[in-house]
Amino acid sequence: MNRRAFLQSATGAGALAATAGLATPAISQRVAARTLRFVPQADLANFDPIWNTQYVVRNGAALVWDMLYGVNADLKPQRQMVESEEVSGDRLTWTFRLRPNLKFHDGEPVLAKDVIASLARWQARDNMGLMIKAIQDELVAVDDRTFRWRLNRPYSKLLIALGKVGTPSCFIMPARIAATDPFKPISDYVGSGPMKLVRSEWVPGARAVFEKFSEYVPRQEPSSWLSGGKQILVDRIEWVVMADPATASAALQNGEVDWWETPIADLVPVLNKSRNVVVDIADPLGNIGSFRMNHLYPPFNNVYARRAILTAMSQEDYMRAVVGDDAYWKPLPGFFTPSTPLYTEEGGEILKGPRNLDAAKRLLDQSDYAGQPVTCLVAQDLQIAKAQGEVTADLLKRLGMNVDFNAIDWGTTAARRAQKSPPGQGGWNMFHTWHAGAVCVDPSSYTAIRANGDKAWFGWPTSEKVEAEITAWYEAASFEEEKSAIGRLNRAACEDVVYAPTGFFLAHQAWRSNVAGIVKGPLPFFWGVSKAA
Amino acid sequence: MLNYVVRRILATIPVMAVVALFVFSLLYIAPGDPAAIVAGDQATPADVERIRESLGLDRPFLVRFGEWVWQILHGDLGTSIFTNLPVATMIAQRIEPTLSLMAVTLILAVSVAVPIGVVAAWKADTLIDRGIMALAVLGFSVPVFVVGYLLAYVFALELDWLPVQGYTQLREGLWPWLENLILPAIALGCVYIALIARVTRATMLEVLQQDYIRTARAKGIGQGGILFLHALKNAAVPIVTVIGIGIALLIGGAVVTETVFAIPGIGRLTVDAILRRDYPVIQGIVLLFSFIYVLVNLLIDLLYTLLDPRIRY
Repeated sequence: MNRRAFLQSATGAGALAATAGLATPAISQRVAARTLRFVPQADLANFDPIWNTQYVVRNGAALVWDMLYGVNADLKPQRQMVESEEVSGDRLTWTFRLRPNLKFHDGEPVLAKDVIASLARWQARDNMGLMIKAIQDELVAVDDRTFRWRLNRPYSKLLIALGKVGTPSCFIMPARIAATDPFKPISDYVGSGPMKLVRSEWVPGARAVFEKFSEYVPRQEPSSWLSGGKQILVDRIEWVVMADPATASAALQNGEVDWWETPIADLVPVLNKSRNVVVDIADPLGNIGSFRMNHLYPPFNNVYARRAILTAMSQEDYMRAVVGDDAYWKPLPGFFTPSTPLYTEEGGEILKGPRNLDAAKRLLDQSDYAGQPVTCLVAQDLQIAKAQGEVTADLLKRLGMNVDFNAIDWGTTAARRAQKSPPGQGGWNMFHTWHAGAVCVDPSSYTAIRANGDKAWFGWPTSEKVEAEITAWYEAASFEEEKSAIGRLNRAACEDVVYAPTGFFLAHQAWRSNVAGIVKGPLPFFWGVSKAA
Repeated sequence: MLNYVVRRILATIPVMAVVALFVFSLLYIAPGDPAAIVAGDQATPADVERIRESLGLDRPFLVRFGEWVWQILHGDLGTSIFTNLPVATMIAQRIEPTLSLMAVTLILAVSVAVPIGVVAAWKADTLIDRGIMALAVLGFSVPVFVVGYLLAYVFALELDWLPVQGYTQLREGLWPWLENLILPAIALGCVYIALIARVTRATMLEVLQQDYIRTARAKGIGQGGILFLHALKNAAVPIVTVIGIGIALLIGGAVVTETVFAIPGIGRLTVDAILRRDYPVIQGIVLLFSFIYVLVNLLIDLLYTLLDPRIRY
């Protein structure tokens, strides 16, 4: 029996015991009904959502800092801190007016100068922000509640940029904090959102505590993801960091925590058996599994070698290794999130149908692959990356490739993947990861789809066709034009194999049955969540 | 004696210097890049490079080492790359749970291991002795995380007597503090109990063969007096040595135990820092524990003089 099987059976037995009513009242349970205890996906080691683009930081930041706009469940940006906007006839000048009575946590009013400083810091780190900055003539405060943005070219995705969930999201901070170099972390966490970070109780690696900000003025509309009325129904939210999934599972079953953001697939059956625990899909937009090939060096600098991989790979193998249960994954003949408006399978034939190893071998022959080792980075401490890596190693062997399997941790992978040196000299040929489906709905935050060579994401793909279609999407004036551009982009990305999508899969979240109001979404939304005693 | 203590304390300086150079060099050559982790998965290589520059990670080894040593000499352990908090503050936030866990484990282990080791020696080659030694082998063999999960399953999930995870500060009450530490201390203490019990048994067996024990028996001293007053006192030096050596075992075991029971201690901090390549934190913790270990050894050496009057420095 391996460790995971042991944990599963141990916690499973615990769950069964609880189901059978063997449990007695907990002498150790002191959870107040007004305090929500939440186990986040990772440690909140740092709290600067611009400097650090990890999702866990964004998730905490969404509590503490508000945004000008926020996307709703239909992926449409909605006004949030902004009361109204006005765009000139030539679509070059945008004038925004802030809602009245917006306040920072130190009691100071939110002013246009704060917004401008926040936008400037965000622009320096965000791809869309950089694009806007490149066409920006001025960004100025007109008065305390009004600011104007003048561009020299229309930018139709402006509101998407301001309200997106992809990191870094555009959070509004006091000007003095936003003046910090965007490549250095802030050390003051005065926010504009519905909750305050309790600095004195924040222990990185252990817990972060948020308290309700009584002067926050929510919008009147119902909340929907990052938009609408962010009504906080508890006084205090405690993020309890638990590195071990089995511990988090046991703590949830025992009532020591109320909500677990990311139960691992292995423990979901155990949690399902616990009568006091509700398990559901975390995010309908799910995730896209991926392995990146290094386009700079043989064999994957040759498109035939990359196509050989797509021709041979079985997404079913990958997804069964990652999530197991067939109900929680689907094949993905493309690069965009299923069930979203721009989803397309255009050009995705290479990923459909029965896998053809012989055809893949023929493609590999055409690529002049000479049997050199293929350096495959596989992070052992991330279950999804590990599972994918093992499937890939098997795939490469079946293709007759010489696999140099590097079992390392994620920290090493993150550093190695940035190396542009040849694979035998500290570089690499492939690594595994996954992308949040929320990011893959369009190209706005989807850095992994870019194919602009040196400036592209790790692997540094170059494809003029792909870049042209991304530009076409940005310049599209209607939804039909956007849809058409994304279709052509998907085809180009499949032909040039920007990366190899290993399938679409869903993850879970779990909470105690006395907690209500939890919604499915790309991040945990705490507004509207309540807890009964 | 005072001279000896002063000399030993002064001797810690070169030890710490070697540790500092060793840990800094090791981290310098270790793979990994904190800038890549800070930047996040969506960051471009250019962003990673800019962050690396802003953190000063692109500077040469000697410059970085010199700067760090200069900070240390001024009593500053540096600032965490990730949290932007002083390393000393982070250690201070985490030291209480770890020290509490180690203290409870130590008390538990010594109070269990020494008596059962004595009993095993007294009942040598009997079923009791074999039973105790079998348990000791089991204690050595079963990994801490297995013991931890079993304890959590039985006493937290099934019986609901104790919490699964967490830590409550001592200032919030003795029982709340203790209830979070009982299961982790038992899990962590198993190996320690096994080690001390085996050494106690072996040492006691040797002492019980001595002439003065036979003399004591001849004088009519009871079994308890012989075992605990005469024999154990003379067997104490190796036992105390093992307890001291075992502190290192506790430090290592705390890493796993704190993970299993979600205790926010130094062990977890160490693992997190290593996984993120938070160099200043790793360096600070290694220095701290090296210092503690040197001090513990000094205390053990001083304790010898109390246990054995023949030992003089």
